[in-house]
Amino acid sequence: MATRLTVNGTPVTLDVNPDMPLLWALRDHLKLTGTKFGCGIAQCGACTVMLDGVPTRSCVTPVAAVEDAEVTTIEGIQGDAAHAVQKAWADLNVAQCGYCQSGQVMVATELLQNIPKPSDEEIDAAMGGNICRCATYARIRKGVRAASDALEA
Amino acid sequence: MLVEAAARLWSVPAGEITVTAGVVRHAASGMSSGFGAIAERAAGLEMPQNVTLKDPADFTLIGAEGITRLDAVEKARGLATFTIDVMRDEMQVVAVLHPPKFGAKVASFDPVEALDVSGVLAVREIPSGIAVYAVDTYSALRGREALVAAWDESAAETRSSEEIEAEFIAAARAPATVSEETGDVEAALSESAQTFEAEYVFPYLAHAAMEPLDGVVEWTPERAEIWSAIQIPTVAGPVFSAALGVAEDAVSVHTMYAGGSFGRRATASGQFEAELAAVAAAGGPGAYKLQWTREDDMTQGYYRPLTVHRLRAGLDTDGNITGWDNTIVNQSIAFGTIFEQTVMNDGVDRMAVEGSVDLPYGLPRRRVSWAQMINPVPVLWWRAVGHTHTAYATETFLDELLAAAGRDAVQGRLELITPDRARDRAVLERVADMAAWSGPGNGDRRLGVALHKSFGSYVAQIAEVENRDGAPHVTRVWCAVDCGVAVTPDIIRAQIEGGIGFGLSAALYEQLTLEPGGTVRERNYDSYRVLGLEDMPQIIVDIRPSTDIPTGVGEIGTPPIAPAVANAWRSFTGETPRRLPMIRA
Ligand code: FES
Ligand code: FES
Repeated sequence: MATRLTVNGTPVTLDVNPDMPLLWALRDHLKLTGTKFGCGIAQCGACTVMLDGVPTRSCVTPVAAVEDAEVTTIEGIQGDAAHAVQKAWADLNVAQCGYCQSGQVMVATELLQNIPKPSDEEIDAAMGGNICRCATYARIRKGVRAASDALEA
Repeated sequence: MLVEAAARLWSVPAGEITVTAGVVRHAASGMSSGFGAIAERAAGLEMPQNVTLKDPADFTLIGAEGITRLDAVEKARGLATFTIDVMRDEMQVVAVLHPPKFGAKVASFDPVEALDVSGVLAVREIPSGIAVYAVDTYSALRGREALVAAWDESAAETRSSEEIEAEFIAAARAPATVSEETGDVEAALSESAQTFEAEYVFPYLAHAAMEPLDGVVEWTPERAEIWSAIQIPTVAGPVFSAALGVAEDAVSVHTMYAGGSFGRRATASGQFEAELAAVAAAGGPGAYKLQWTREDDMTQGYYRPLTVHRLRAGLDTDGNITGWDNTIVNQSIAFGTIFEQTVMNDGVDRMAVEGSVDLPYGLPRRRVSWAQMINPVPVLWWRAVGHTHTAYATETFLDELLAAAGRDAVQGRLELITPDRARDRAVLERVADMAAWSGPGNGDRRLGVALHKSFGSYVAQIAEVENRDGAPHVTRVWCAVDCGVAVTPDIIRAQIEGGIGFGLSAALYEQLTLEPGGTVRERNYDSYRVLGLEDMPQIIVDIRPSTDIPTGVGEIGTPPIAPAVANAWRSFTGETPRRLPMIRA
């Protein structure tokens, strides 16, 4: 059974088992490998994509659930917030191993799109669900603040 | 020698030649050259006897701020290629069903249901389990779920970690192999006005790096290419050569970015590499990705060893420490590996006792011993290795002794530090300044201190801790570091921050337990809890200026944080947590 959806602005048809998690469809079938596999059970956030604008864990989202949806991956995020976050991430040396950072950048971007000036509590609440085993958390917080400042300037 | 070679080539005085940003230049004649073009000539010259190194005042890159990592941009854009991202034409994805207990083996299996799963291509037995070959990851995982297998557990470890721990505790109460000894400790203890004793238990720990172990092989009988984040490629090469029958010089290993490792991607046994090679060999020439899931990664061993420390000490009537006895019990990381010869020292695994010997403190009558335990649970170095437990046992027990003697934790340590340990002293004094130390305090936030040298570097930390609903919550950490010449200060700070987060994670939450019967209880991040952003303290790092040779930075932030937190926590509860983690599910 084929599933139709839009990925990063392009219409695609996925001819895969509808139970397949979107994560593996993106990675193995659309070769969009920026979205990472960390746990497979919605615990780490490494697989975060935007599903109709909402950060979603693709490892537990079956392809059947994204029929006609708009999916944006790290490869496809655009706009001022995304650019500010990615620039801050690079300027501040946020990444260590970097494996979790696609997911971190996705969540940070969505946060700033909705709340351009988040409080410390709002940053912690938004970013709190994404594990970084390298514990880059101090710089993730700094990165969100720096991106927020850049957006205001 | 490059300058000398250029001087001869251009027939100009060597003294007029400058070197900047990789270019050798003679301004007056307008001649210039890259290093490569003159390297061969330079190599042919006689080695000079005395070389004057560049004056540190003239450094342009060493110690410079504002340098960003070369991989910073691609990692912020999701463009960095990790092993999991490697795709080859006609590549099969492989999942392996592993035995449920350490030391167990495949007895029999029925592949029929797995082969029925669409996308599954083959099911094959390999030494470490049963491999399911499929067209993509999802099919491989579904095929593995459908496998029916029976296991031979005759050589398996079937004890729970609680039972293993009981064995270790018993060993800690008996004499062990002496690693360091001065004076008569037993006499010192029996002469003491007051004696103290404590037993500490540290659990097995998983590395839990974000990218589960994975690797790709593409091979023909003539050549093999491997993509994996292998930390010891020199161990891996021969493994593939032997398994595939490909000449060693026709095996190329692409060392990929590691999605975290913390030691896990460096096994002396080549555990993962051997499985990857077996998968490729059993499948025949072609391309294969072996993808472990989080559950494989967490249950397949190579843990920080479960460790017991038993400490005893005495104080005289003036509050001076009379004797110090530390017995350490765990499995050896080096035992049975290629590292055994270099690491074992008079029957003691140096990685088991490091950080409990060679202390900065003058303890004239002291003894450190080690008892080796042997069982089938594979153990491995885990960021900071032995220091992960030795720093905790030493620095919390010492803190209690100082408190019992009525001494301040910083001042008392300074008085104990021997004159030859000026660098330990300097970082401790510095961190006390940074945190405006005047004791642990008695308000909502309490302070605790720890000092620990590892990997050639000196680190002192003060942790500020709150009591949140009966559990420690760390709000701030001050950290003074002497790691010799600081080559890239911002990367050093980043490593210290991450190292503190990693150590705090283990102090608060991490433990890997074996259930009765020997299966691993924690299989994913839902049960193996690691530090989240909400638990990350503010961290203030100060790197001491130094002209000493550069030493370790990747692991050194980890050892002192747990004891610093425990020492602060004792000020709330009156007790040192004797068992980690401090917060248990
Ligand atoms: S891989 Fe999806 S949340 Fe971890
Ligand atoms: S940077 Fe390594 S897991 Fe986040």
